[in-house]
Amino acid sequence: MNANVTRRTLLSAGAAIGTLLVIRPARAEGGDLPSAIKAFTNGAPVQRGRVKLDIAPLVENGNTVPITVHVASPMSAADHVLAITVLNEKNPQRDVITCRLGPRAGRADVSARIRLATSQQLVAIAQMSDGSFWSDAVDVIVTLAACIETP
Amino acid sequence: MARALITMPKTAKSGEIVEIRTLIAHPMESGYRAGDDGQLVPRNLIRRFSCRYDGELVFSAELFPAVAANPYITFCTVATASGTLQFTWEGDRGFSQTENVVLTVA
Amino acid sequence: MRSWWLALCVVASLGAASDTRRSGFDFMTPETQAIQRDDAQNPAMLWVQEGSAAWERKSGGAGRACIDCHGAASTSMKGVAARYPAFDAAARGPITLSQRINACVVGRQGAAPLAAESQELLALESFVAMQSRGLPIAPPSDPRLVPFRERGEKLYRQRIGQLDLSCAQCHDERAGGRLAGATIPQAHPTGYPIYRLEWQGLGSLQRRLRGCISGVRAEPFSYGAVELTELELYLAQRAAGMKIETPAVRP
Repeated sequence: MNANVTRRTLLSAGAAIGTLLVIRPARAEGGDLPSAIKAFTNGAPVQRGRVKLDIAPLVENGNTVPITVHVASPMSAADHVLAITVLNEKNPQRDVITCRLGPRAGRADVSARIRLATSQQLVAIAQMSDGSFWSDAVDVIVTLAACIETP
Repeated sequence: MARALITMPKTAKSGEIVEIRTLIAHPMESGYRAGDDGQLVPRNLIRRFSCRYDGELVFSAELFPAVAANPYITFCTVATASGTLQFTWEGDRGFSQTENVVLTVA
Repeated sequence: MRSWWLALCVVASLGAASDTRRSGFDFMTPETQAIQRDDAQNPAMLWVQEGSAAWERKSGGAGRACIDCHGAASTSMKGVAARYPAFDAAARGPITLSQRINACVVGRQGAAPLAAESQELLALESFVAMQSRGLPIAPPSDPRLVPFRERGEKLYRQRIGQLDLSCAQCHDERAGGRLAGATIPQAHPTGYPIYRLEWQGLGSLQRRLRGCISGVRAEPFSYGAVELTELELYLAQRAAGMKIETPAVRP
């Protein structure tokens, strides 16, 4: 009798573990957001400021989300933005887009339309010509469509 | 050839900052989406976008699956001399497309 | 004199207040509205561009392009989308704009019909319909359309599917309310074909209707089914006078 209970307990536990393994998603490519930020800056410190990430706080549809990144910079030969990257917190992959600029840009203003899988934080990081990194972060709520469509 | 739409002024004054808006038709299949059969639809993305002004690279971007379908990218460049701006999109399955726009600089 | 002026103001304001119809545009967030407002940003313009090229391309056994018969679309197609669905003698019933386009493709160009909801047909449809942008929806007063329109209205009010819902229950009674996170619009076909963010592509009114019908867990009608055309006919009447926004963007 004890053996039966044990076996049943083991079986149900095993099923539960099996379910857990199935429903837990694979580790996001690029790992977590802090690691992705570190990878972009090669471990260099990132300061908040100079970067403005414009995105609606409430997103109507996560398939197409307009964003704009402005970086305060003279964009001169001596002082300009080298690169801008946008990273996310909860998509399957951390990277969104990475842009390379330079003094010929005139203005560090970039817009794009991106996908957000769910409500999460978005981070924009600018790499300056003097080696410094600046950033902005925004928390976004993403609503999903009410009905699942068949094509 | 995918349809592409580039919106930018045709003329500019020397030294003026010109805003360039680009739009290209592409599904940007993320590779994370399941089709009707329950199988993952294979990844098919534009990976790189670049703008060359008379041959010199003035802007480029690396695109990831989080970029929405029919990618819209805008950026700025300084109008230096009259010339051709060449826009190139490259990606999976040998996708490669180039569009040229002439900018006249006074 | 004063009371006359007052009466005029009251009457005028009553007239303005009585049309409570709003396009789906008004129910969208400012960010999504901004995408529709700007032709440089609106992804639907990629299809319009394709349609514009197709308009000038010779096709079929007759080796004709649309432009050969119709000239510039900006002139000849102005107002056309506003009066569809229209009665077609050959079909002995109402046909949609895309069905009309296909009738030309087959009958005038001598080419194979374009598949319903195909990229080619959507491109032509969006290009033609855009020529009516800004014009009011003007359903024809053709008496032959009446029985079809009435059937369309009946279907609009009929509860269907496992969820047992009618179009009217959401779009008449609960417009402005929420379905999960989404705002329920009034369902006026002011901007079709639309670039729908949920589809990540362009689609027709029939695709949207089929989506809703599946959404209430009913078997959707096939593309081109007369029931869908009848619904389109009723929706156009219901939206008569509202401005066309094609090509619209919708969430």
